[in-house]
Amino acid sequence: MKKTHRILGLFSNFDEATNAIYDIRADKVRGVSVDDVTLISPIEHPEVEEALGDRPVYVQFFTMFGGLFGLIGSWLWISSAQATFLVQPQGGKAVVTLVSNFVLNYEMMILGSVLFTLLGFLAGSRLPSKPGSLYSEKVSLDQIGIILELEQNQVEPAKSLFRAHKALEIREEANK
Amino acid sequence: MNQNALHHDKDIRDDLAWAQINKDILKSLENPRRGYWYSIIVCLILLAIGFTAEVIQYQQGMGMSKNHPHMWNLYIATFIFWIGMSHSGTLLSAILHIVHADWRKPIYRFAEAMTTFSLMTALLFPVIHLGRLWNFYWVIPYIPSRGTWPNFRSPLSWDGFAIMTYLTSSALFLYVGMLPDLAIARDNTTGWRKRLYSTLSLGWRGDDRQWRVFRKAYMLMAIFLIPLAVSVHSIVSSDFAMSIMPGWHVTTFPPYFVAGALYSGCAAIITLFILLRYYFRWEEYMTLAILEKICKLTFAIAMMWTYLNLVEFASVWYGHDVYAKEVLWGKMTGAYAPAFWSMMFFGSVLPFTLAFQKLRRHIPAMMAVSILLNVGMWLERWMIVSPTLSESFYPWAWGVMWPTITSWAIVLGSFGWFGLLFLVFVKIFPSVSMYEVKEMVYHRKLAREKGVAHGAVHGHAGGAQPAHSPSMKKEGNP
Repeated sequence: MKKTHRILGLFSNFDEATNAIYDIRADKVRGVSVDDVTLISPIEHPEVEEALGDRPVYVQFFTMFGGLFGLIGSWLWISSAQATFLVQPQGGKAVVTLVSNFVLNYEMMILGSVLFTLLGFLAGSRLPSKPGSLYSEKVSLDQIGIILELEQNQVEPAKSLFRAHKALEIREEANK
Repeated sequence: MNQNALHHDKDIRDDLAWAQINKDILKSLENPRRGYWYSIIVCLILLAIGFTAEVIQYQQGMGMSKNHPHMWNLYIATFIFWIGMSHSGTLLSAILHIVHADWRKPIYRFAEAMTTFSLMTALLFPVIHLGRLWNFYWVIPYIPSRGTWPNFRSPLSWDGFAIMTYLTSSALFLYVGMLPDLAIARDNTTGWRKRLYSTLSLGWRGDDRQWRVFRKAYMLMAIFLIPLAVSVHSIVSSDFAMSIMPGWHVTTFPPYFVAGALYSGCAAIITLFILLRYYFRWEEYMTLAILEKICKLTFAIAMMWTYLNLVEFASVWYGHDVYAKEVLWGKMTGAYAPAFWSMMFFGSVLPFTLAFQKLRRHIPAMMAVSILLNVGMWLERWMIVSPTLSESFYPWAWGVMWPTITSWAIVLGSFGWFGLLFLVFVKIFPSVSMYEVKEMVYHRKLAREKGVAHGAVHGHAGGAQPAHSPSMKKEGNP
């Protein structure tokens, strides 16, 4: 069935939120898996994220591509431009100067890496976007939120689970 | 150790409530001390002086900086000074991030901003020293209509690439690190500020996907910024070391420049730390324990810089290059000797004050010392550029050149420009990282409680609590 509902539970304690996720992993809400869980947190919190299991991040591939692109692209650009446009007298020296160009290529490798890392960050974290209607400003203060994507018949059991873990607030949203 | 002494030594109080952290830091956007506004006025005056002098120089020509072959020495010395100043912010932030030194968290944001604005200030000087500002675009590599192409053999071209890469990367590093705080600001402000932070925070909501990607991306950026920062100042040193001028053609120049850059940057961090602590009443965040750590780091770098100076002197002394020896001797005994010995005093002797704990914790003393250290570092740059020019291989260019009032006014203006950019930044953006201070408080509290629990198990201190104890909740932390 299609997941048509989303609920947000707000917790004031990381332990309770973590335990709620472990209960979902233990299939306490039938048909809801950890893949349906999104954790929203005011701080970077690897310990709680562990409860969600392995969720791969691919930003390093962007970085690698950016580095190679910066290195190779700048070498092609600079050396071809030197060979084509440099009209000053060279006094017998090479037109395309590998050693000097290496310094520039190195800088461009770093610039490419940083720019593509940023791109990877934006793509991976799906930014820019809107925080969404289920976002609570309390998360940027001191609470932690769990968002679940559910079928209609799973909403009540999920709410019960949240209440059992002392959720301070529960919000519900149905997809249009 | 009594309780007061324990509290005294903490980098930060671990019982700070998260809501309080938000409130204290966001208050800086609204309510600084009066000293902040006085500083803005001083910066505006300095900027007006510098701008007026630049307009005069633009209209009258470079003769306003003296009709002398070395009329650019002050500008380039100040350019190196500002590039150096930029170094500690991002570089130290990146290094401390990689090694998980969490005491960086309350101070790295303003240090990174310092990097960005120092670079923006430094970039003014290559343009100013040209005189013909309108021709600056000639250095940009583009398909030329005038039949020229920048000579990439020149370290000046390398400079352009390196500095623009550093500026771009540092600004992005600053911005990415600030995203979660921009979201906090978005959620807690109204009016134009809310619109600004909503746009800049890109819709950040702190979900696990975003944090995972953020963690990795931020770390990767930090890793790249370290070699980048080292390469930038090495390349700036190449402007001199790649020449064959006596006093410049020195193998140790790249590490010497990097050490000097770190040194002046650390000293500037101390100055700005003290100012921000005062402006925004941030005694809880910019603590004396953290100030002490920066001071110790500065002391270590000062000693490194001193060593590299001695290596340079020894290399010249035993190198049997009569011209280089002449320049070195001229620095010590000639017209520039007062500047040389002042540099040595401020750079190598004064830092010994940082060895004393009482002085490291004495705010007015550290303010004075940090400013004087940077005076020493400015003199270092002056001593790199000027003596060599006055005793170079061109007899027609021999002679000591003291800058004109116009040149000094432009240099003063650069301090106003930097100060103004920095002060506006700290008023518009949270200059202490709220989310990272929360992490710091949270993890330190956990560590303390685990330590106490561990102690109880082993029959030490009583009052053990589980790691995630209800007491944390009571104090407003999850």
